[in-house]
Amino acid sequence: MTSSTPAPGTGARVRRERTRATGLRRGDAAAGWLFTAPVIVILGVFLAVPVLMALWVSFSDWGGRGSPFSGDVDFVGFDNYTAILAGGGLAERDFGIALRNNAWYVLLVVPLQTALSLFLAVLVNRAILRGRGFFRTAFYFPSVTSSVAITVLWLFLFSATGVVNKVLAAVGIAGPNWFNDPTGVVHNLLGVIGITSGPTALTDADLLGVSLWDWLAGPSVAMSAFVLMAVFTTSGTFMLLFLAALQNLGGDVTEAAMMDGANGWQRFWRVTLPRLKPTLFTVLTLGLIGCWQVFDQIYTGTQGGPSKTTLTPAYLSYTAAFNSQDWGQGAAIAFILFLIIVAFTLIQRWILRDRPVSKRRAAAYLPKATKTTDGMTR
Amino acid sequence: MQSRQHRRTWAAGALAAVGALTLAGCGTGFSGGSSDEGGSGGLTSSDDSLSILIGSSGDAETTAVEDAVAAWSEDSGIDAEVSVANDLPQQLSQGFAAGEPADVFYLSTDYLAGYAGNGSLLAYGDELSNADDFYPSLVQNFTYEDDFYCAPKDFSTLSLIINTRLWEEAGLTDADVPATWDELADVAGRLSTDGRVGLGIGAEYQRVGVFLAQAGGGLVNEDGTEAIASSPENLEALEYVQQLITDGSLAFAPALGAGWGGEAFGKELAAMTIEGNWITGGLSADYPDTEYTVAELPAGPAGQGTLQFTNCWGIAADSPNQEGALDLIEYLTSTASQLAFSEAFGPMPSTESAAADWTEANPELAPFLAGADYAQGMPTADGSIDVITDFNAQLETLGDADIEALLESVQSNLEAVVG
Repeated sequence: MTSSTPAPGTGARVRRERTRATGLRRGDAAAGWLFTAPVIVILGVFLAVPVLMALWVSFSDWGGRGSPFSGDVDFVGFDNYTAILAGGGLAERDFGIALRNNAWYVLLVVPLQTALSLFLAVLVNRAILRGRGFFRTAFYFPSVTSSVAITVLWLFLFSATGVVNKVLAAVGIAGPNWFNDPTGVVHNLLGVIGITSGPTALTDADLLGVSLWDWLAGPSVAMSAFVLMAVFTTSGTFMLLFLAALQNLGGDVTEAAMMDGANGWQRFWRVTLPRLKPTLFTVLTLGLIGCWQVFDQIYTGTQGGPSKTTLTPAYLSYTAAFNSQDWGQGAAIAFILFLIIVAFTLIQRWILRDRPVSKRRAAAYLPKATKTTDGMTR
Repeated sequence: MQSRQHRRTWAAGALAAVGALTLAGCGTGFSGGSSDEGGSGGLTSSDDSLSILIGSSGDAETTAVEDAVAAWSEDSGIDAEVSVANDLPQQLSQGFAAGEPADVFYLSTDYLAGYAGNGSLLAYGDELSNADDFYPSLVQNFTYEDDFYCAPKDFSTLSLIINTRLWEEAGLTDADVPATWDELADVAGRLSTDGRVGLGIGAEYQRVGVFLAQAGGGLVNEDGTEAIASSPENLEALEYVQQLITDGSLAFAPALGAGWGGEAFGKELAAMTIEGNWITGGLSADYPDTEYTVAELPAGPAGQGTLQFTNCWGIAADSPNQEGALDLIEYLTSTASQLAFSEAFGPMPSTESAAADWTEANPELAPFLAGADYAQGMPTADGSIDVITDFNAQLETLGDADIEALLESVQSNLEAVVG
């Protein structure tokens, strides 16, 4: 950028050159804009303008009637945001609960679905597997089924007398009343070893109206059922991404590793996985975004219950706007959610950045006369 | 880099074009919200046809409303079309935001404050020719900031529903129908067996609230200006319910594996339940063999108490034909129409003049109407729906809850929205 700033004396000449250069391509540019205009208009009407409108609503006192740009709607600054983040009332506590629920959901779903999809991809990528086509289709099938249909299926499977509990009962486990059990999984595990109430340091301090002890409650049993469902439905999609990446990897590097004596386990962790990093980034990013935006399962399944333990920011945004007519707060929640997603994506990108190989890691690859691996076949 | 200036011009042009397009698009969608103000001033009048949006409980209700509206259309010469909403609040909100709402629609007490608060509703209550005929408590339910907004279309109260067969099997007779809390605890205990509780109800204020009312408590005081959630009466009521849960004679429907009290009752997971008159339709459709009797709820320390639920016919402030809408609603809330609705799908008429006819036609359901004398309505203050949702979330774990802390949190939430 700075290099294009002309020195004072040469300004005229540069300008003349610039006009001449663009003059040559003027027709091209016009055609270019003409051809991209439909997309720009569509994106503008359906994306940019609604987003900007929502941004305005989040800073206004619009009540849900008529245009948000009409004269009766006033700018209220950060009022909607402070009500959610520091209002001390129900709005803040609801947001805290929703954030807590969704954070646990993300924490469980993203690693599980990534690991499972990678595992499945490696499985169906093996040339010796019989019926590969069948398995690929089978694993991918949940992903192409509508999430509403799967949610309904899940409600049946996980009902108090549903199939899951029948199977658990057959092996002697009394299953929980899944979608009606608001108790936190971590709290339940602590309860098993006799801890039923937290230290006052945790119960007295609170963040967003929810005590730290409750933040640590873990996903409720109901939310855990949704976690299982998300892993079940999305791992097929991500398996496909990993599979495409795996098939793009040339066999030469793997063969070279084989020649160097790396066993299967080492080849996967030290040769294959590092080369899947771009795909890993894609899968983690898509997973994070999808998990933070979870809505349709909640809307069709539990509406935030039991005891608000499946309330998520996306669903809260919807109910705040459509049911409580707090449109400003609803929009504000949506934008806070947006910032959360951007922040997580950036953090994750920073973690997965290309780094020079550390000494400790490099050591594993260096041939060492004193430390020949035993399992090596020469 | 060299054609940057031109690119800018083009970009600005494209943006301007997009802007102009969207503004043009908005022009029709968002007709200025302040052009025709609601309120008690003159009503709008035109030849426009009316659109009616209802949240229907089933085919019976849809057909009954369609027939009534068609009959009115024939008389008045104004076209009217009934549509059934899948998600009524969402579709109403969309209509209001777009400036083209349905003219006439069902509206529950939960949403009155929100829509009245943002000016979407026409407060037409005082212009009704039959305004004095409605039960005063129902009028109170649809009064927001001293304006009577809309005509109650019907109402329901909660009563005690008893499974006759299980009742007799437990050796109980008509004389044992509980009239006090102690008697209720006693029969609920006797009706509880392995795999069945005596009383199974929904885990929500909309059911548990009857005990608050019987103890003399509730969420807000009579004129809805003060939060009374943390009152000692409420504490007593919830302690009583908690005791029943501990005894194993009361359980909430989700804990029984049922979606609502009616399902728990129909599946005989509970021998008694507390539900409104809509349960008659649910039982005859899903559990036609279940025999039951309806009884008034027992009296608590402060006498009898129950809750009432009601919907009204709302008119949009943006409707171009409010006079037509008002005329339609007077027709739909007339005694004859309400009795026809009642016969078709079971609600209780909202007008006092229809009460005698209704009781005569439904003697076995008389306890529901008797409840109207001592029923409490839902709080109508803006934001109380969120408070009740939060209260319900806490009620689900009432069995081992710290009741005082629970009520304190409801009280502080409620104080923020009431008064």
